[in-house]
Amino acid sequence: MTLQDPKLKKIAYYPGCALEGTGHAYNRSTKALGGALGLELDEVKNWNCCGAMEVKNVDPKVQTYLSSRVMSIAANEMGHNVVMAPCNGCYHNLKKAEYDLTNDQGSRDVVERISSKAGHKTYQPGQVETIHALDWVKRAIGEEDLAKRVKNSLKGVKVANYYGCMYTRPRHIFPEKDKGAGTESTSKPHFMDDLLAAAGAENVDFALKTACCGGAHTLSDSDTSTKLVVNIIKAAEASGAEVIATECPTCHSGLEMHQIRAEKKFGYKSKAKIVYFTQLLGMALGLSGRAVGLHENVSDSIGFLKARGLG
Amino acid sequence: MRTIEDIERDIDAPICAPPGEEAARLLAFGEEIMALWLKAHGQEPTLETSEGFRLLALHRQGARGDPGFNACRETCRELAYHFNLLHEPGEWTKAPQQLETMRSIARHLALFIGGKLENAKMGEFCCAAKPLRLNSEAN
Repeated sequence: MTLQDPKLKKIAYYPGCALEGTGHAYNRSTKALGGALGLELDEVKNWNCCGAMEVKNVDPKVQTYLSSRVMSIAANEMGHNVVMAPCNGCYHNLKKAEYDLTNDQGSRDVVERISSKAGHKTYQPGQVETIHALDWVKRAIGEEDLAKRVKNSLKGVKVANYYGCMYTRPRHIFPEKDKGAGTESTSKPHFMDDLLAAAGAENVDFALKTACCGGAHTLSDSDTSTKLVVNIIKAAEASGAEVIATECPTCHSGLEMHQIRAEKKFGYKSKAKIVYFTQLLGMALGLSGRAVGLHENVSDSIGFLKARGLG
Repeated sequence: MRTIEDIERDIDAPICAPPGEEAARLLAFGEEIMALWLKAHGQEPTLETSEGFRLLALHRQGARGDPGFNACRETCRELAYHFNLLHEPGEWTKAPQQLETMRSIARHLALFIGGKLENAKMGEFCCAAKPLRLNSEAN
């Protein structure tokens, strides 16, 4: 099959630190999905931390530099013009760096200075386009072709799609969104809904798809985070969802951990399964549960999905 | 003055009014939550509306100078959206489900603002990208 956007046949892949740790299942399933779709991921050589939340909040310009280094390697040392970051935090930070470098001379000066000290070419805004894993599948394959490739339909699986915060906020760093038909919406994102529906899933009407989960406060103020996550899970279940699909390792592990903590701390037990969208799509394309890392999730969805003929 | 916990309890109270009235009650809880935050920070909550909703004007007021409020912008907008849905007679067949959804949105707003009242930095680490050290030494 031909690709919708041939530019995406082989792109730079920036997994980021979470995908080497708690989000390993996301790393595994993203690569497996790419393989099943005939898309190549070229991992950024010697990549570094994007600056995450910690560096960004201490010194945003140093975060801009860290993210720019990843983009510089992809562009100047590997010859890519697209970088795909499946983690919302990495995706957000690369986008923020792009915005800052385009609009702020102070950021450009700092990045120039540190890049020169570090001995690599300074990233110039516009050298690469940063995309999320959702953009990657949606733009490279599209719903129509994806539906044709489905071997095990997700039919009957009721899914609430949870996008979290950093995929759409703050809006000004995502200039390509909210541009009308075919583009992503920052207020009601739908790319994950579109892709899973193409694979046969039944998406439920879920009002808290970008609601705060208190993720950044998960250690300093765990009870607030647990209560926010419980409300997200409750809302998903009240909408009829059996599965909460995720597209961010922080959201995913936050939902899984607080689901367990909620039972221990507040006696709230929920049945919702927390599964990465890449795992669901991979299984729809015929991959095994192991190939997409179901066994690496904390939330045990193996039996549930097996009963649906998946994995 | 009522506390966030009082409002949370009322949000979870059983439905006993027609859908339109119940929706208005849940929307009013949202306004009360926002007003609580503003009063706690020495501001007089606005009586103005934005796009026809006082809730959205209150959110805008709270967000001035506090980008962490980005984190509940969509929650406020969802509350207003579901209020509108429950004022479309054609939607009344789905009223119990819609009201449950609206209740979960109002509860989320209460939890978020309640959390932010305890820890003002909520929402700033992630959504808003507001630096803790505004005068960066990297310059």
